[in-house]
Amino acid sequence: MNQEAIKDRLTAKFGQDAVLDTTVFRDQLSVTVIKDKIREICRFLRDEPDLFFDFLSFVGGVDKHPQTPRFEIVYQLNSSRHKHRFRIKTRVEETADGLASIDSVVGVWATADWHERETAEMYGITFKDHPDPRKLLLPEHWTVFPLRKDFPLEGTDDTPDLPPQKI
Amino acid sequence: MAIERHLNDTVHVTNLEWFVNWSRKSSMWPLGFGLACCALEMIATFVSRYDLARFGMEVARPSPRHADLMIVSGTASKKMIPAVRRIYEQMAEPRWVIAMGACACTGGIYKNYAVVQGIDRHLPVDVYIPGCPPRPEALLDGILQLHAKVMKEQSIHNPRVTCVKVAGE
Repeated sequence: MNQEAIKDRLTAKFGQDAVLDTTVFRDQLSVTVIKDKIREICRFLRDEPDLFFDFLSFVGGVDKHPQTPRFEIVYQLNSSRHKHRFRIKTRVEETADGLASIDSVVGVWATADWHERETAEMYGITFKDHPDPRKLLLPEHWTVFPLRKDFPLEGTDDTPDLPPQKI
Repeated sequence: MAIERHLNDTVHVTNLEWFVNWSRKSSMWPLGFGLACCALEMIATFVSRYDLARFGMEVARPSPRHADLMIVSGTASKKMIPAVRRIYEQMAEPRWVIAMGACACTGGIYKNYAVVQGIDRHLPVDVYIPGCPPRPEALLDGILQLHAKVMKEQSIHNPRVTCVKVAGE
């Protein structure tokens, strides 16, 4: 199934309002969907027999600073049965009182577990209902989000080599 | 020497310190421990073409309690450094450290938040080997420099103390 047809299946199911934006780059379609429906959309894409996206290639984040909404989350899907691929994106914004948040899709594809943990620690995005929301790569004692655009590459006082000494 | 000639050259006479140093440098067992791509050059140094066994160093010890020398071969990330320090603390005295390659010496090209900017921030380094990665000849040269350094140590009268504070405690 070509990517336009997949997008039409999405809009037929969830309505035109669910799709915020569509871009084509080098014959690849990227569909931006609304973040509140991300889990239903993912489950739909996985379960429909003619779509059957059984394989999640990755989940990643993009910091679009200083745009609003600031963060973009990218889901790259693959179907081993139909040999087709599809990319959906969604945008999230930090709230005044805390981190940006979005529903976790670990319940749809188990692959999302580590990918969402990495996205969470690198950008400071909370994945709601994630079964294991620990840090994946960074030291436990860090409280910074290094892949944000406003983070200095060489680190700050908040990226010490060692955990604080216990006294 | 008179005593040696007297006994028909069946014995050799030397001083104890020289003998201790000579024993230490002649069978200095490295820790089997690699951090990044430099470890591949270290492996090349161990195996037959360069043959580190020529210097009594062919036994890479998996346990730090048997090892005399830690070759920090590669990039030490900040997440890794508590483990590296813990391994160093487990090594028995006397112990030596070689910083192998640009990353272990200074952080190298990784001037960023995730990489320790030189292993000498945490461990007392004896020999620095530049290169990215150093060729096996460079590692051998560094090891021979360390051997020369060991031969000059006052192992009896002024033994080295290389205590570091225990990581995370």
